[in-house]
Amino acid sequence: MTDDVAIHAQGLHKSFGDLEVLKSVDLTVRTGEVVVIMGPSGAGKTTLLRCLNLLEEPDAGSITVRGRTVSCSGPRQSRSRRRLIRDIRVRTAMVFQQFNLFPHMTALQNVIEGPIHVRRLPRSYAIEVGERLLARVGLTDKRDEHPARLSGGQKQRVAIARALAMEPEVILFDEPTSALDPELRAEVLQAIKNLAAHGMTMVIVTHEIAFAREVANRVVFMDKGYILEEQSPSVFFSNPANTRIRSFLRLMSDSGPHPELEEAS
Amino acid sequence: MDLLAQSVPILLKGMAITIFLGVTSFVLGFGLGGLIALARISRFALLKALAIIYVSVFRGTPLLIQIMLVYFGLPQLGVQMSPVPSAILTFTLYSAAYLSENFRGGILAVEKGQWEAAGSMGMTYSRTLRRVVFPQALRIATPAIGNRFIALMKDTSLASVVTVVELTRVAESVGSSTFRYVEAFVVAGAVYWLINSVLSVGQEVLERRMGRAYA
Repeated sequence: MTDDVAIHAQGLHKSFGDLEVLKSVDLTVRTGEVVVIMGPSGAGKTTLLRCLNLLEEPDAGSITVRGRTVSCSGPRQSRSRRRLIRDIRVRTAMVFQQFNLFPHMTALQNVIEGPIHVRRLPRSYAIEVGERLLARVGLTDKRDEHPARLSGGQKQRVAIARALAMEPEVILFDEPTSALDPELRAEVLQAIKNLAAHGMTMVIVTHEIAFAREVANRVVFMDKGYILEEQSPSVFFSNPANTRIRSFLRLMSDSGPHPELEEAS
Repeated sequence: MDLLAQSVPILLKGMAITIFLGVTSFVLGFGLGGLIALARISRFALLKALAIIYVSVFRGTPLLIQIMLVYFGLPQLGVQMSPVPSAILTFTLYSAAYLSENFRGGILAVEKGQWEAAGSMGMTYSRTLRRVVFPQALRIATPAIGNRFIALMKDTSLASVVTVVELTRVAESVGSSTFRYVEAFVVAGAVYWLINSVLSVGQEVLERRMGRAYA
C-alpha cells in the first residue's frame, strides 16, 4: 500500500436479506482524487459509499483507510475492532442526501460537535475553526440559526462544513443534491467544486452529469452490484465503451437527473 | 365554616406531603425509567428481557396492590419501612415503568439519520445517546412525561390507605370529625387541581422552550 492511497476497498460483498447489493467490489481512491460514482437506481452506489465508512458493515471484504484495515470476515464485536471502525469513521466524513444536521443545535454547534466531542479539541479553538469553515461555505451570517431556519441548500452547506471540521482524509457524498430543489443545487455543487479546487479527496455519488464531468478525476460506473467501468470523465462521457453506460447516459441526458429514480438512503 | 377554617393548617400540611410524594417519586422514577429505557433498547438480550418483564409487571398490576404489597408485605420478609418511604418506593417503581416507555418512544422517534450522522463522525454509542439522541427524544416525549407527572400527582392519594397523612387522608379525617364531607373533599379536589394546573403550565412552558429550535 503506497502512501498516496486514501481508501482501499477490496472484495466487498453486501446483501440485504435475499438481495445482493454489492457483488465483489474493489475500489481505490488516491489522495487528492475526486471519484464520482454513477449508475442506475439499485446499482449499489449508496451502499458502497456507506460501506466505505462502515455505516454499513460489508458481509465480506476489507476496507483500508490510511493503512488501517478493517476486515469483514471473522469476529465482529471486539472492542478493538469497534475502536478501529470509529477511527476510520473519523477519517471518512459523510455528507448525506437528507443532510442529517442535528436539529437541536445551531449551525455552528453542528460544525463544532465532532471537533469537541470526538476529536477533543479545545472549545475555543473548535469555534475558531468552525467559524472559518462556515465562512468558507458562505454561511457566516447563519452561525446561530437552527437547521429549521435554513434552506435545503444552506443545510447541506452546513453539513459540508461539519464534514470538513473533522479534517477527514476523504469526504463521502451520498447524492448531496438529490433532496434539493433545482435552484438550490448550484450553491451546493459550487461548494463541492471549491473543495475539489483545494485538493480535497472526495467520493461522490451523484446524477449531476455536468457537475461530474467538471469535477471528477475518475468516473466509476456501477450496475447491479458490480463496478462495470472506471474511466476518466472525458472518455466516460464522450466515448463510453459499454453499451449499458451509453443507454444510461442517454436516459440521463434526455430528461435530466431523475430524482424520483434515485435510491432512498 | 369555622370548623373548616381550623382545618387549614392540617390541609396545608397534607398538601405539602402530597407534593413531596409526587415530586420525589417523579424525580426518582425519571432516573430509574431512563435506566430501564436504556436496558430496553440495549443489544444485551438479558438486560432487554429484564426491562420488558419489569415494565409488564408494574404496568400490568394495580397500583393499590403494589402499595399494599410493599407496605404490608415487606415487613413479613423482615424489611421494615415507615409509610412515607414505602409509598415513595412504590410510586417510584410504578412510574418508572411508564416513564421508561415514554423515553423509549421518544428515542425510537429520533430519525435514523441522526444516529448515522453521529456514527459517521466516529461518535461512540453513549456519546451519541447523550449529545444527539436524548435531547431530541426528551423533546418528543415531553407531553407524555407531563401527563405521567400529573397522573402520578393524583395517584399519590392512594398512599392514604397505608396511613400516609397526605391530602386525601387529611380530607377524610377533616370530613369525619366535622361531618362536612362535601366541603372537605371539594377543597381537597380543588387543591389537586391547583397543583396539576401549575404542572401543566410548566409543561407548556417547557414544550415551547424546547420547540423553539424547531420553529
